[in-house]
Amino acid sequence: MEKPLTHHIRDDKRPLDLKEYEKVGGYEALRKVMKGMSPKAVQDLVKESNLRGRGGAGFATGLKWSFVPMDVPGPKYLIANADEMEPGTFKDRILLESTPHQLIEGMILSAYAIQADHSFVFLRWAYKTAAQAITQALREAYEAGYLGKNILGSGYNLEMHLHTGVGRYMCGEETALLNSLEGKRATPRAKPPFPQISGLFGKPTIVNNVETLCNIPHIVNKGSDWFRTLSRTTDTGTKIYGVSGKVKKPGAWELPLGVTMRELIEEYAGGMQDGVKFRGALPGGASTDFLVEEHLDVKMDYTHVAQAGSRLGTGTLIILDDKTCPVGFVQNMEHFFAQESCGFCTPCREGLPWVDKILASLDLGEGREEDLKLLDFHTKYLGPGNTFCALAPGAMEPLQSALKYFRKDFEQHVHDHRCPWKENGHR
Amino acid sequence: MLSTAEIHEIEEAIKVVPVKKAACIEALKVVQAHRRWISDESLKDVAEYMKMTAEELDSVATFYNMLFRKPVGRHIILVCDSVSCWVMGYDKLRDQLIQKLGIKYGQTTPDDRFTLLPNCCLGTCDTAPAMMIDDDLYKNVRIDQLDDILKKYS
Repeated sequence: MEKPLTHHIRDDKRPLDLKEYEKVGGYEALRKVMKGMSPKAVQDLVKESNLRGRGGAGFATGLKWSFVPMDVPGPKYLIANADEMEPGTFKDRILLESTPHQLIEGMILSAYAIQADHSFVFLRWAYKTAAQAITQALREAYEAGYLGKNILGSGYNLEMHLHTGVGRYMCGEETALLNSLEGKRATPRAKPPFPQISGLFGKPTIVNNVETLCNIPHIVNKGSDWFRTLSRTTDTGTKIYGVSGKVKKPGAWELPLGVTMRELIEEYAGGMQDGVKFRGALPGGASTDFLVEEHLDVKMDYTHVAQAGSRLGTGTLIILDDKTCPVGFVQNMEHFFAQESCGFCTPCREGLPWVDKILASLDLGEGREEDLKLLDFHTKYLGPGNTFCALAPGAMEPLQSALKYFRKDFEQHVHDHRCPWKENGHR
Repeated sequence: MLSTAEIHEIEEAIKVVPVKKAACIEALKVVQAHRRWISDESLKDVAEYMKMTAEELDSVATFYNMLFRKPVGRHIILVCDSVSCWVMGYDKLRDQLIQKLGIKYGQTTPDDRFTLLPNCCLGTCDTAPAMMIDDDLYKNVRIDQLDDILKKYS
C-alpha cells in the first residue's frame, strides 16, 4: 500500500529538513517542471489525476485552477489553507509539523500552474510546532533557490510567506480567509466573483487545503495514471483518515480512498473501547451528517459517503458511542457553531444560538414537546440557500441526522424531563 | 506610544502586503506580544500608526478569539471544549482547573499568574482531552498531572 504523503515521515515526527526531504525525492517534481513543463501542462496533469480538494468540499483541484485567467497582467496569489479548525479534525497538523517542505514544494508547483507570484501559508495560531517547522523550511527553500527570483534558472519568480491567524473558525472559509489576510473581519464574501477571478486584494487567487497541495509533487513525479491506481474507487488518491472518540487506538492514517468505516474503526483504531458500543459517527468533522451502524461498510470516499447521505468532509471520524448522549454530543457542536458564527447574516447569527439553547434545555430536562419541531424547522431554514455561507448549513448536518437517527433519544429527554445518560453516570 | 521594537516589527509585517492596512492584524499581534493584551490606549496608537480609525481597528480586534482586549495573566490556559474532548470527558479537567486556580473561565488569578479560557478544537482529537498553556500543548491530560504541569509556569 503506497503512502506518498506520509511514508517519509519520521517515527518521532520531527520535521524533515531540506537535505532529508531531498534524499527522499523532494523537489524533484519542481526540477522537472522548471526544466520544461508549461503551467497548462501542470494544470492538465492535475485535472487528469482527478484530485479533489481535501479540505472538506471536495471540489476538483485542476478544475478550480482552470478558472484563473492566465493572460491578465499583475499579481496572482496561491494560498495554503492551513487554518485547520473543524472540530474532530487533526490531519493537516501531521503534514505541517512533520513534512513542511512537501507542502512548500506543492505550493510552488501549484503557484506555477496558475502563474502566481505571491503565496501565503495561512496557518492556525494553535499550531506552534508547525509554525516553527514552516519558518525553518521557508528559509531553507529560499536559500536553495526554490523560492524567490528566477527559481532554478527558469525565469519564474515566487515569494512565499507564513501568516499565522488569530483564531476564528470562519477563516477556514476561503473568502473569509482572504478578508482576514487583508486585515479585516473574517466575514465571507459574495460569490461571484469567485476568488479565482477576484480574490486577495482583488487579484486572481487560489486557496487550496494543505493535504490537497501535498499531493501535487507526487502527481507531477509519478503521473496521473499512477495517482488513479492509489484508491479503491473512482475517487482517486489516498486520504489521511482519522478516528477520535472512545476507540482503543485513536489516530490518523494515510490510506487508499475508499476504505470502509468498519476497517477504520476496527483495524486501524483497534475497535471500540471495552464496555462501549458504536452508535454512529460523523465521517468528516463536526459539519457532516451522522452515519450509523448500517453504514459501517460504506466506502469512505466522496461519492459513496454522499450516497449514504453525508459528506466525506475532512475524513476524520468522530465516534458516538452508546454511553454518550447524542443530544449532548450535538449540543456541544451547535454551541461551537453558534459561537463561531461571524454574525454577518441573520439566520446564522440568530438561529444557531436558538438551536444551542433548545438543546441545552433538553439536556437539563427542561425540553418541551414543541422543541423538536423547532429543531426540525431550523434544519430547513438554516440549510443550503438560506444563509450567506456554508457555516450554518454545515452546522445543521449533524443536527438533522441526529434528529433522524436518534429521535427516540431526543423524545426521551422531553418525556422523562432529564438526560437518561447523566442519570446513569455517563455523559 | 509604540516602542521602537514594536514599530520595527510592524514595519516588517507591512513589507509583506501591498496595502498598509492589511497588516493591521499583524500590528495588533505585535503589540499583544509585547504587552500581553491590547488596551484602549494601545489600540489607538496602532490605529494611528496604521492610518485607520480606532473604531475600524477595534471592529477587527474584537472579532478574533486570540486578540485580547482585556488584561490577561502571565500565562494563558486554553482548555479544548470541542466535541472529541467533550466525549473524552474534558469537563473533569476544566472543573479541576477552576477549583485549583479559584477562578472561572475568562478570569485571571489575583497573582496575575494564569488566565483560564475555553477554546475550540485544538486539532489533536486523537489525544483528547487536550489543553494549551502559552505555546505548550498538553495531550491526554490526566487530572493527577495538573499540579506538575502548572508548576512549570511561574
